[in-house]
Amino acid sequence: MFLSALLDIGTGYGIAALGAGLAALGAGVGIGRIGGDAVQAMARQPEAMNDLRANMILTAALVEGAAFFAMVVGLLVVLK
Amino acid sequence: MIRATFLAFATLLAGVLCAQHEPASEVAHATEAHGEHAGEVEGFNAGKLIMSHIADEHGWHIAGDISLPLPVILYDTRSGLHMFSSARFEHGHAAYDGYMLHDGAIKAVDAAGTIDEAGSKAIWDISITKNVVSLFLVMIALVLVFTSVARAYTKRAGQAPKGLQSFMEPIILFVRDDVAKGAIGEHKYQRFMPYLLTIFFVILFANLIGLIPFFPGGATLTGNIAITLTLALFTFVIVTVNGNKNYWKHIFAMPGVPKWVLVILTPVEILGMFLKPFVLMIRLFANMAAGHIIALSFFSLIFVFGATSAVAGYGVSVVSLAFTIFMTFLELLVAFIQAYVFTFLSALYIGGAMEDHHEHKESIV
Repeated sequence: MFLSALLDIGTGYGIAALGAGLAALGAGVGIGRIGGDAVQAMARQPEAMNDLRANMILTAALVEGAAFFAMVVGLLVVLK
Repeated sequence: MIRATFLAFATLLAGVLCAQHEPASEVAHATEAHGEHAGEVEGFNAGKLIMSHIADEHGWHIAGDISLPLPVILYDTRSGLHMFSSARFEHGHAAYDGYMLHDGAIKAVDAAGTIDEAGSKAIWDISITKNVVSLFLVMIALVLVFTSVARAYTKRAGQAPKGLQSFMEPIILFVRDDVAKGAIGEHKYQRFMPYLLTIFFVILFANLIGLIPFFPGGATLTGNIAITLTLALFTFVIVTVNGNKNYWKHIFAMPGVPKWVLVILTPVEILGMFLKPFVLMIRLFANMAAGHIIALSFFSLIFVFGATSAVAGYGVSVVSLAFTIFMTFLELLVAFIQAYVFTFLSALYIGGAMEDHHEHKESIV
């Protein structure tokens, strides 16, 4: 039944959208934690702010990379 | 594919022109995702509109019915080289010289106008497309800016920077001090500065030119996966060529782990070697493409609502325009951040391949 749902174009779009949404959820949690902890760390140690900011952006970019994988897969399903 | 190779070569040229000592010089072979098909929607097709803005084109649409035709260069394995203007295709409505534009890709057609699939496979499309022109623009901008800045340094040696020079200096110093020195190390970073600066400014300029909504801009170079693949490939080659004994030892025989673990670990490490540039490629491509898709989606909302009623269209346009402007500003930030991230990760990978300490440094990824 699941397979036939996948073959149905409309459902395929829906599942692609769901996949993109789930990826965004995961990345959102990840980036939220990075941002929150980085701000906390900056508040505790304002003198290390530049270092922290660079690492924050870098880690956020890495989390984002994972989300983009999911997004690209979702996009490939839709654009097939 | 040939077109992508051409793009790669042009990128290389841009790199060589603005930094004389490019460490790697190779021509990348890239497969290009070709001919995207938009999902079918009734009436106003937002998906199709957005995809045609994201995708590469033969000819540059400017406004309304005005578009800039670009040269089509084809190498047909059966009949040799063909060169003509893309205006001959009349936006996909007409066939010319036995070729036709079909969904953005050039196909061979017979006299009756039906597509000859076997013949289409014999075509190597090396046209100057929208993205190639955009790449040339980036190249010209880079050469102009950096020759002027370089000349200012020789002319005004020992004096305070002035004009364009003082605008670029902090950015160049940022790449040197925060990116190269931190990631590669005080002693070895200098060799890689030309590459890192080149890649940073190519990405930055391409991102910014892509943000300009009207003619010379609009083509998001970094939203094309062939371009980002080429850039990532440069990093991959530099990392692989500069990898020292330690680097290879950590891949093929990770020290300090039991022998049987290596059976699992070595394939993972080898995969990781390719995965790093692959993620670099996807990250830049997806970031730029997604940003433009979102901005255009907000914009398309006007017409989606406008199709139901004119009042709804006008009402939504206020909100939609505000969101589009917000997205554009966000993209401005992303343009810098992605250039920074790409350069920083490249520098980290290069630094990681060259470090010869015995103690294990924490490495990200």
